[in-house]
Amino acid sequence: MRFVFFLLFSCVIFSQEKEKSVERGKLLYEDLCLRCHSPDGKGIKGIYPPLDKSDFLFKHIKESIIAVKKGGIEGDIIVNGEKYEGYMENMGLYSDEVADVMNYILNSWNNKYDKIITEEYVDELINKK
Amino acid sequence: MAQSGSVHAWGAWGRRFKSCHSDYFIKFIYMKNIQILIFLILSINISCAQLGETYIRDDETINIPETINYEIKNIYSDVEIPWSIEFLNNETIIYAEKRGEIFIIKDGKSIKVENVPEIYLRGQGGLLDLELHPNFANNNLIYISYALGSREDGGGNTAVSRAKLIQNKLTDLELLYKGEGNSTRGQHFGTRLQFDNDGKLFFAIGDRGNRDELPQNLSLDGGKIYRINDDGTIPDDNPFVNDENTIKAIYSYGHRNPQGIFLHPKTGKIWTNEHGPKGGDEINIISKGKNYGWPKITYGINYSGTTITDEKEHPEMEQPLYYWIPSIAPSGFAYVSSNKYKKWKGSLLTGSLKFKYLERLVLNKNNKVVYREKIADSIGRVRDVKESPDGFIYFTVENKGIFKIVPKE
Repeated sequence: MRFVFFLLFSCVIFSQEKEKSVERGKLLYEDLCLRCHSPDGKGIKGIYPPLDKSDFLFKHIKESIIAVKKGGIEGDIIVNGEKYEGYMENMGLYSDEVADVMNYILNSWNNKYDKIITEEYVDELINKK
Repeated sequence: MAQSGSVHAWGAWGRRFKSCHSDYFIKFIYMKNIQILIFLILSINISCAQLGETYIRDDETINIPETINYEIKNIYSDVEIPWSIEFLNNETIIYAEKRGEIFIIKDGKSIKVENVPEIYLRGQGGLLDLELHPNFANNNLIYISYALGSREDGGGNTAVSRAKLIQNKLTDLELLYKGEGNSTRGQHFGTRLQFDNDGKLFFAIGDRGNRDELPQNLSLDGGKIYRINDDGTIPDDNPFVNDENTIKAIYSYGHRNPQGIFLHPKTGKIWTNEHGPKGGDEINIISKGKNYGWPKITYGINYSGTTITDEKEHPEMEQPLYYWIPSIAPSGFAYVSSNKYKKWKGSLLTGSLKFKYLERLVLNKNNKVVYREKIADSIGRVRDVKESPDGFIYFTVENKGIFKIVPKE
């Protein structure tokens, strides 16, 4: 019984943490990402790739985190069947902010992602690179 | 891409059409006479067409050049965001990367400049413009604008410094101006640097994403064009030096985000272009103490499509010399003063970040834009454009390189 309570309790903490991160991520998205990727995350076809229902994003979450932190994925990418050859610039986000904005993107519009991206995870990825 | 322009114009027209039609339709409900209906349909179409004209203008189309008697030559390609270029002499270019590095380019080879000041990389902010002192040949002074600050300082704001450039090293770095009121917002740092014929330095700080508080308030930095002496002191004849609670370096206000500037060689006036909201990019001639209206008056609308203000004119505010519909996202601004290119003398050049070309504008004697054309169509995000001391046009393109326009014999 105690174990069940512990599980429930951790679930609540986890979802609260994620909610707060998504909230902070929304402000960052509006400040730094929305101009290109648009408020509904649909981007502009052929110019700025969509984030909503993006097959590329969900297949390449690690690469996307590194791209947000360091700027642009090099080379052409195909997102939902459309080719994108632009280059995203480094927006100067700190690792905790990268985590927040990723949590927002992965859990907004039609997107859903079970896990939570943390500052530690972002740092780990960047240092590995 | 041209389609998005017409969509925007028709969108605005459509809104006007809808709003002015609805009243008539309400009235129509009470009328059954078919003749009145016909009369109404005719009259509303006339009145709406008149309203529509403020949105749909003659000079909206941009042209493809009929003859191209020049070549676009890539002279250096190892770039990311080459925010600005300057000429140390006819053969030597110095350029700034937004991420915080400066390079000297000669014969296609680059040398990194050392001791570049620390910058605050955030959104549109980073290392921005470079400008040589008018007497650079003797004093080696170079002026640098950039975003300065840190997370601990609550974000950053635009700064202007000067340093001596000796070989490839910066020495004696001196901060001349730093906008107060740091912010972590990524928008609208400006800026370009330009000396005028009196040796005064002009630069802009954009509205920093805070249009409601900054551009119309003379006691706060942001949304202004500034004028300082070459050593950073404030000229005695600046417009607000004698007023209380004003920032003395301000020269004009009510700006959104100027990222293009040149000194007109004939009039000695400072010309700027600035990023407006959707459909509100502008060209302005900068006059002392004047209010350029942002955000009280604008020809643009929010990027979301909502209205900022219905006002486009105000008796105490300046009208732009030109405004772009659709917005091109202008960056860099140059006046063609040489005879190197057939029929180009007197034209203006600006990069379009959005539509990825270099734009040439032709003005008539009354400073009205009468012709626009695309140079280097689809080349990429054009960041800066400059005329070299020997009269050739150079421009920079993000992730593509530095280009020279070479006239064909």
